[in-house]
Amino acid sequence: MTSFIEIDSVDLVYQGRAEAGAGTGTLAVQGASLRVEQGEFVAIVGPSGCGKSTLLKLVAGLIAPSAGTVRVAGERVTRPLKIVGMAFQNATLLPWRNTRENVLLPLEIVEPHRSRFRREKKAYWKAADALLATVGLAGFAERHPWQLSGGMQQRAQLCRALVHEPALLLLDEPFGALDAFTREELWEVLQTLYMQRRCTVMLVTHDLREAAHLADRVFVMSARPGRIIHERTVDIPRPRSLDDTFRPEMVALVHELRDHISRARAAA
Amino acid sequence: MTAGLRDRLSPWLVLAAILVAWEAIVDVFHIPREVLPSAVDSFAAIWQFRGPLWTNALSTLTTTMIGFAIAVAVGMALGIAVGISRPIYAALYPLLVGFNAIPKVALVPILVIWFGVNIWSPIITAFVLSFFPIVVNVATGLATIEPELRDVLRALGAHERDILFKVGIPRSLPFFFASLKIAITLAFVGAVIAETVAGNEGIGHVMLVASSSFNTPLMFAGLIVIAVMAIGMYAVFAVTDRRFTGWATRSMDYATGG
Repeated sequence: MTSFIEIDSVDLVYQGRAEAGAGTGTLAVQGASLRVEQGEFVAIVGPSGCGKSTLLKLVAGLIAPSAGTVRVAGERVTRPLKIVGMAFQNATLLPWRNTRENVLLPLEIVEPHRSRFRREKKAYWKAADALLATVGLAGFAERHPWQLSGGMQQRAQLCRALVHEPALLLLDEPFGALDAFTREELWEVLQTLYMQRRCTVMLVTHDLREAAHLADRVFVMSARPGRIIHERTVDIPRPRSLDDTFRPEMVALVHELRDHISRARAAA
Repeated sequence: MTAGLRDRLSPWLVLAAILVAWEAIVDVFHIPREVLPSAVDSFAAIWQFRGPLWTNALSTLTTTMIGFAIAVAVGMALGIAVGISRPIYAALYPLLVGFNAIPKVALVPILVIWFGVNIWSPIITAFVLSFFPIVVNVATGLATIEPELRDVLRALGAHERDILFKVGIPRSLPFFFASLKIAITLAFVGAVIAETVAGNEGIGHVMLVASSSFNTPLMFAGLIVIAVMAIGMYAVFAVTDRRFTGWATRSMDYATGG
């Protein structure tokens, strides 16, 4: 049986710029394998610089593996996928567009919306405002990014990543730059969005509580060159509340993940 | 008096003070008119020679604007090419920098041989002097797109053309408008230099003729006319800049209460 995402013994070598000769690139990922089921929420944790973000880019088809294969929905990934929404630590909203126009950016690119966009602008505006309301940004559609707080910018970025209803959501430390309270608020926002849509989610994070709280499964990566060294299922039913993060089994789970990462760091 | 009003008035007050000081110094030290005409003499010369100054100012403005327009077109095209393509950047950028280092005045005699003593020499000189900052600024705006933003768009299946039109060009607009403010003043420099070396019309030509007949007040009159034109055009582009790219200068707008 095939999984939605199949990564098989993937290596990735980053070639240096012109000064580097042949075979002198940096090995970022080595022999990484993992499987993600359709509609599953997985988190990837690991020491910094272990190639977590690289793994996301491989899945999105933004970079090609040096060895091994990446398959998504049964197809081998050889160029950027078109079913992906992405969000990063840096909100990367466009400062000349207001929040609504930022959220709608993907629809100006992805078909079939692209060709409809001009004609049905009003309908799209409504949809965008409704989406903004679900993340607590009702009434902020006309504001520009610099008028939003960091947490609000991340909410808007999540909307931008989801507006075209992607089958796959790739999140690269989206809450990494936020304060602890805002971050926990956004966990709730993300969990709600996920439960509504049930798209497949890959979340890269260095926050183990975040990984344990949000994911169905957590993968631990080794230090560079990154491999998957541990896999842990989190079988706490959804919706999970913030109080759940303090339940003994959750605390034990976070400790276990922490142990693996400490050992990975020591081995490096 | 509010701070905003004071800020707006203060340059005019300083200008008035300079004019008064100028007048006073010429009077007190009895400086001959042929060396330094007084402010009043200079403005009197503007009035006296208003006919020829007007036609020649129009000529200079025309050549400057044509040269500038060519610079905008060529500068944008080159800037986009250099900004989006690494090979083109590698091939052209060092040459452009090298070319920019040449003192362009040295080119004017060559341009005169090629184009003759007519309006083409000032047009080409204005173009040559002013296109470089446009190229550099447009290229910088395009080359500094955040890699994450590029990834967001590519993960949607965006073509390079989409990235250019949705992100690259809007993002480089503040750089572009900032470069227009530099380029327009350089275009005036170019046009006047060419008119001075080899022109039969234009303010530069007027000043050359005035110089050979020791008509210093007329030279100062020419200087004032050219200054007013250059400042005026600068102001036009400064206003355009603010209108189109207010999002990039919002902190300044807030600071001045504008």
